[in-house]
Amino acid sequence: MTNPAIELKGISKAFGPVQANKDISIRVMPGTIHGIIGENGAGKSTLMSILYGFYKADAGEVFISGKKTSIPDSQAAISAGIGMVFQHFKLVENFTVLENIVLGAESGAFLAPALRKARAELAELAAEYELNVDPDAVIEEIGVGMQQRVEILKALYRKANILILDEPTGVLTPAEADQLFRILGRLREEGKTIILITHKLREIMEITDTVSVMRRGEMTATVKTSETSPEHLAELMVGRKVLLRVDKTAAQPKHQVLEVSGLNVVDEAGVLRLKDISLNVRAGEILGIAGVAGNGQSELLQVLGGYQPATGSIRVNGSEIDLTGSSSDGQSRRARGIAHVPEDRQREGLIMDFMAWENAIFGYHRDPAHQLNRFLMDNAAVREETAAKMARFDVRPPNPNLTAKNFSGGNQQKIVLAREIERNPDLLLVGQPTRGVDIGAIEFIHKQIVELRDRGKAILLVSVELDEILSLSDRVAVMFDGQIMGERDPSKTNEKELGLLMAGVISEARI
Amino acid sequence: MDVMPKWADVVLVPLFSLLLAAFLSALLILAIGESPSEALSLMVQGTLLRSAGWGYMLYYTTNFIFTGLAVSVAFHASLFNIGGEGQAMMGGLGVSLVCLFIPWPHWSLAIVGASVGAAVFGMIWAGLPAYLQAKRGSHIVITTIMFNFIAAGVLNFFLVGALKPKGSMDPATANFPASTHLPTFEDMAQLVGFEKMFRSAPANVSFFIALLACVAVWYLIWRSPLGYEIRALGKSGPAARYAGIGSVKVIMITMMISGALCGLMAINTTQGESERLILNFTEGAGFIGIAVALMGRSHPLGVLLAALLFGFLYQGGAELALWTKIPRELIIVIQALVILFTGALTMMVRAPLERLFLMAWRG
Repeated sequence: MTNPAIELKGISKAFGPVQANKDISIRVMPGTIHGIIGENGAGKSTLMSILYGFYKADAGEVFISGKKTSIPDSQAAISAGIGMVFQHFKLVENFTVLENIVLGAESGAFLAPALRKARAELAELAAEYELNVDPDAVIEEIGVGMQQRVEILKALYRKANILILDEPTGVLTPAEADQLFRILGRLREEGKTIILITHKLREIMEITDTVSVMRRGEMTATVKTSETSPEHLAELMVGRKVLLRVDKTAAQPKHQVLEVSGLNVVDEAGVLRLKDISLNVRAGEILGIAGVAGNGQSELLQVLGGYQPATGSIRVNGSEIDLTGSSSDGQSRRARGIAHVPEDRQREGLIMDFMAWENAIFGYHRDPAHQLNRFLMDNAAVREETAAKMARFDVRPPNPNLTAKNFSGGNQQKIVLAREIERNPDLLLVGQPTRGVDIGAIEFIHKQIVELRDRGKAILLVSVELDEILSLSDRVAVMFDGQIMGERDPSKTNEKELGLLMAGVISEARI
Repeated sequence: MDVMPKWADVVLVPLFSLLLAAFLSALLILAIGESPSEALSLMVQGTLLRSAGWGYMLYYTTNFIFTGLAVSVAFHASLFNIGGEGQAMMGGLGVSLVCLFIPWPHWSLAIVGASVGAAVFGMIWAGLPAYLQAKRGSHIVITTIMFNFIAAGVLNFFLVGALKPKGSMDPATANFPASTHLPTFEDMAQLVGFEKMFRSAPANVSFFIALLACVAVWYLIWRSPLGYEIRALGKSGPAARYAGIGSVKVIMITMMISGALCGLMAINTTQGESERLILNFTEGAGFIGIAVALMGRSHPLGVLLAALLFGFLYQGGAELALWTKIPRELIIVIQALVILFTGALTMMVRAPLERLFLMAWRG
């Protein structure tokens, strides 16, 4: 019998009072793709960091090809044949592909021989695994899909037999993701072992041979992919039955709430970020904006939210909004009935060092309702209100005096959502509502958004998760390079068509 | 996840920092050839065991409360106001103008006028660097420290020129009129029947204004919408932008409050003690304020306690210089050590403490 390519036995790791990994054991056979799935904070990344030598496990053993191996640092991991492709690439932007691949493996005082050797080897690897990359291209000039290939090549160049990929499809278009999966399949055929960390059930079902589910630091199950279903995996991840589909009726759109026309944004570097954007959202409907991150969606939300200057016209409930004046800020937008759940809740939506009750009025802190008089805030009343809100939005733990950073991602998002939704806005801007949010909370958050729609409010949803866009939106607009590439009816389109639009390829002009 | 309970973070960390600084200071005193224990007992005797010692200590403490609060307020907005020294000097100028050129009928009115003068001058002196930071992006640490030198120059200019009485050789203003003199602790003790208390000590009523300032700053930071905005901006610039909190406005207001507090120090030194404006009256209190704010964790109560400690060190240091061959500068070394341990090296103290708590935690 062959030895497993990699085997973990009883790995445990604690950070302070938090047990990130509890007695974890996995066996991954050579030439297979093994998925590790789990919610945020389930301990996936910690486990992989232990495997790659970033953290030292408190207990447990690692076996590589049947041999007990200790991995004190990443050098040891590399020499044990482990390669890692991080979620955020670790490439030098202004170096060429070849230079990046050689970086850290120069072996000698002169660069030229190493580069020559790498060039030859790169050609071999490219042929063997269909990993074609121009070795002389500069990293910042190639797409993310290509950059990811460079990361994979880097690992292979260092003779990796075991490849760990951490959320590899987060930044890719569906087409790029398909390409990546083809490459992974090819690597598997060549006998490489792949560990794929993801929170997307679809990917697990598509490519893996076996899958391990993690929950709260523990490995709850390891199953053959062919013998399981997405629903079953979701249940294993959360610990209860989960509704993967959003339950909603057809939209009943009414009057025009948001009308945007000819919106342009130029950033500080002089680059045009939004190019002549026009769109509208009616009361009682959800307009979803799909697109790969960084194609202008953030700027659109910022302009609407009042903290990005722009030219063009935005009308809310029929009256023009001031886009450039000194009074154009978040406060003035809120006064006009626009609520905003920002894309990055930890950077913008919350003050991580503030307590929940302080965060619950963030942006609305000048509202006279929260003040005893002009100079003093009514903290006691705010605390009380917050406690009630937290109960309504099922925030756990429901303690208004806890600082925001002590809540999980899903509960942080619920605090933001509660703050914005309970203001009863005419227009709700929502960016990445479920990024880094556990499945159980996703269900709840989606329900709240749909409920707000059914109360006759207009909702503009921005998300990089196509599934989310498709299941929540009543209309879908796709953004690419600062432009709206087209609008589709979610029931009459599919991921493939949207994927093409997201990549900037307009097929038939059905706008 | 917080490893340590809050009280431990607030009490134990500064305490251990202080003990470390004290230990190193003891080594220094040994190296000079004096006995650390005798030095300590001398400091305690000269400061805490006689009322005049208290009178001196509280005089210094008053200065440190004002400058400590000033640095704290700026800290809450993530601004580092190193310009307390200059702002206090300008405050002194404000106090002098008010006391010299307005005929006050009684000290109780004079102190109000002088406070306004001190605050406005300090405010202007902090407002200029704040404007440069908020609008032009010039770093506040650089500009405030440069403004210290400018303030010293301005003070010099007036004290050898326009404000110097004719014929005087001394770079100082004329004495303030008697109706502006503030009651000292000695006067107040006599009033309630205690003779010979706080004999000729400089502590005066402005100490109570400092205490009021502590309460006012507490309300400002934790109870007012403005304080909320100051703290929000200090914790996260992007979040403040999202919420629509104007950074220019908040930076300006915060620094002006900070400058006003520094300026207020002058009612203690200039109106209360010297009763005329002299050169170098600030004696580094603006810088001590940084240590006080760091040690007091930018909380008014902490600032009060830290200011008392530094008042003790200042007065104790004077005693040491008087009775031993330990130079007064050693106190500056001790202060520097306290700043080093409470400010720069908190993690060095906190990390082992956290480990200790973890061990206790796991049982």
